[in-house]
Amino acid sequence: MGMGLHNSEVKNPVLRWVDQRLPVVTMIQKEYGTFPTPRNFNYFWNFGALAMINLAIMIATGVFLAMNYTPHTAMAFDSVERIMRDVNYGWLIRYVHMNGASMFFIVVYIHIYRGMYYGSYKTPRELLWMLGVVIFLLMMATAFMGYVLPWGQMSFWGATVITNLFSAVPLIGPEIVTWLWGGFSVDNPTLNRFFSLHYLLPFVITGVVFLHVAALHVTGSNNPLGIEPKDKQDTLPFHPYYTIKDSVGIVAYLAVFAFLVFFMPNYLGHPDNYIPANPLSTPAHIVPEWYFLPFYAILRAVPDKLGGVVLMFASILVWFALPWLDTSKVRSMRFRPIARIFLFLWVISFFVLMYVGARPAEQPYVFIGQLATAYYFLWFLVLLPLLGRLEKPLPLPESISRAVLGARAALPGGGPVPAGAAAKPMDKA
Amino acid sequence: MRSKGLTTMRILKALAVAATVTLGGLTSPALAAGEAPPPPDTRFSFDGFFGTFDRGSLQRGFQVYKEVCSACHAMRQLSYRNLLDIGLTEEQVRALAAQFTVTDGPNDEGNMFERPARLSDRFRRPFANEQAARAANNGAYPPDLSVMVKARPNGADYLYALLTGYKDPPAGFQMQDGMNYNEWFPGHQIAMPNVLNDGQVDFADGTQATVSQMARDVTTFLAWAAEPELETRRQMGVKILIFLAILGGLVYATKRKVWADVKH
Repeated sequence: MGMGLHNSEVKNPVLRWVDQRLPVVTMIQKEYGTFPTPRNFNYFWNFGALAMINLAIMIATGVFLAMNYTPHTAMAFDSVERIMRDVNYGWLIRYVHMNGASMFFIVVYIHIYRGMYYGSYKTPRELLWMLGVVIFLLMMATAFMGYVLPWGQMSFWGATVITNLFSAVPLIGPEIVTWLWGGFSVDNPTLNRFFSLHYLLPFVITGVVFLHVAALHVTGSNNPLGIEPKDKQDTLPFHPYYTIKDSVGIVAYLAVFAFLVFFMPNYLGHPDNYIPANPLSTPAHIVPEWYFLPFYAILRAVPDKLGGVVLMFASILVWFALPWLDTSKVRSMRFRPIARIFLFLWVISFFVLMYVGARPAEQPYVFIGQLATAYYFLWFLVLLPLLGRLEKPLPLPESISRAVLGARAALPGGGPVPAGAAAKPMDKA
Repeated sequence: MRSKGLTTMRILKALAVAATVTLGGLTSPALAAGEAPPPPDTRFSFDGFFGTFDRGSLQRGFQVYKEVCSACHAMRQLSYRNLLDIGLTEEQVRALAAQFTVTDGPNDEGNMFERPARLSDRFRRPFANEQAARAANNGAYPPDLSVMVKARPNGADYLYALLTGYKDPPAGFQMQDGMNYNEWFPGHQIAMPNVLNDGQVDFADGTQATVSQMARDVTTFLAWAAEPELETRRQMGVKILIFLAILGGLVYATKRKVWADVKH
């Protein structure tokens, strides 16, 4: 070959010419074609791909919304209504974007839960997990600022409440808040910078998603058994097996998404956000979007402002330490019957917090919220470290193929190789 | 297969729990905010997943808005041309718009001038600004009605209940000056007086202008104004869901075929 060209195996001369100079075709073939993937994924492993698709949908719809939106306090609300009424299919673009945010959080919450249940955060995937937590934090910031843009009552008052949290920072709190606002209250400068950042952050998310996927392709995927693939029997080439399995998930996801968009587009929103922002009139109850409710409940569980803010941030930052808080050698909760129960309780505490977050800050909700908050942290800081040491896990299978195929695993398999499968899967049985 | 079925069940269960909790959580602010009870469920032509706007009701509702509500309430997101969508002809809408005078300009001499409204003009607003509106309404500001149905929990049911919910205050109920008792308004004291009385308007189609009829028609009109895309949206949704169902069947069959000889 010489001349420092990449040794491409691509047949098509044009693609080959490109691939020799920039081996993207080889890379895609390697990472999404022959990429060895555990053969025993269940449908929980769809949600990474779904999150990726959702991000693409959000960016695509967002670009078109930005073409028609005016980030000015006097015009923002009306410009959104103009999109709904006068822009061709503007209502569709906006409802997809609006409900896309909810879908994104549903998908990502399930994706995170999958990681927790099957121990996907454990060595060697700690950094992969932590990059995921970074993505989640960026998503929260993006979603929060996006919700401000229509400049309705909840936009304005949500922005006021959340930015005001920073006033709890000792000594320089008020100065930070003024700096965030670009003035002395949430106003036009705030709206302008939120719009700018709301457009910027998704591309930062895309960058971190790239790192997340790059890290995934170093370690390879975890799987429901939580044991590493040992040989070719344990894996399948990503294409066609998981391209087609992900496609099934994508269609199901699109059906749920479409149902929301076309038949109940405002169900997950708050009616108050169709009232134009009014700094002189505070809504009876300021509530964030549903996907922030658990964290909002943790914030309000503490009577002290600074304490609440610290606890709220800690509730997500603790995820960073999860790989080290979990002391168990066994990844998958399938083999941890006791820890599994406490993890389910943690999921329940998360939903309880979501419920409490939507209620007014009065009894008995405050007390229930405090209990759920206590358990939320107890799980991470006490139960998980202890159970790893105390619990005797069930025996692990010898290998993925043994667990899936039984005793006949060792036998070499036959069967046709699907057209398009680049690598011959040695694992038919 | 067995374990796969179980996993699917588990995912479905998780989603069901999420949906239930979200549902409970989201309806709650409405309840909490409501010192008024949730409005009773009223049947409208646009209810459900396949409902459409009754054109007769829309036109009568517009008449109620024009002859009654528009004295105080603006609908600044709407233009006269939008009325073509409720089944009026272009001549009718042009003639209707021409009844209103709007300010335009400046002209070549630099002066503002008045002219009859055209299709492209926004609905004329009853007051020049909020201060003028408050001055004329005992300090209260009649809100814009363009998206009112989306801006209240159970918007259509609430508006209908509100418009038909004026009553004498119960014994011992302390009313503030100039306020009116309404069963469905949060706090029960509303600045808006009862404006609908039997026979208030003359419907051209001969429909009896009872209070409940007028309330139903104007609510229908406001629901359309808030979501003029509703019918298109639902029709498109049916097509897309049918498409996704067929695609889903094909994709799932393909998946079964690809995986047919792989034990997993």
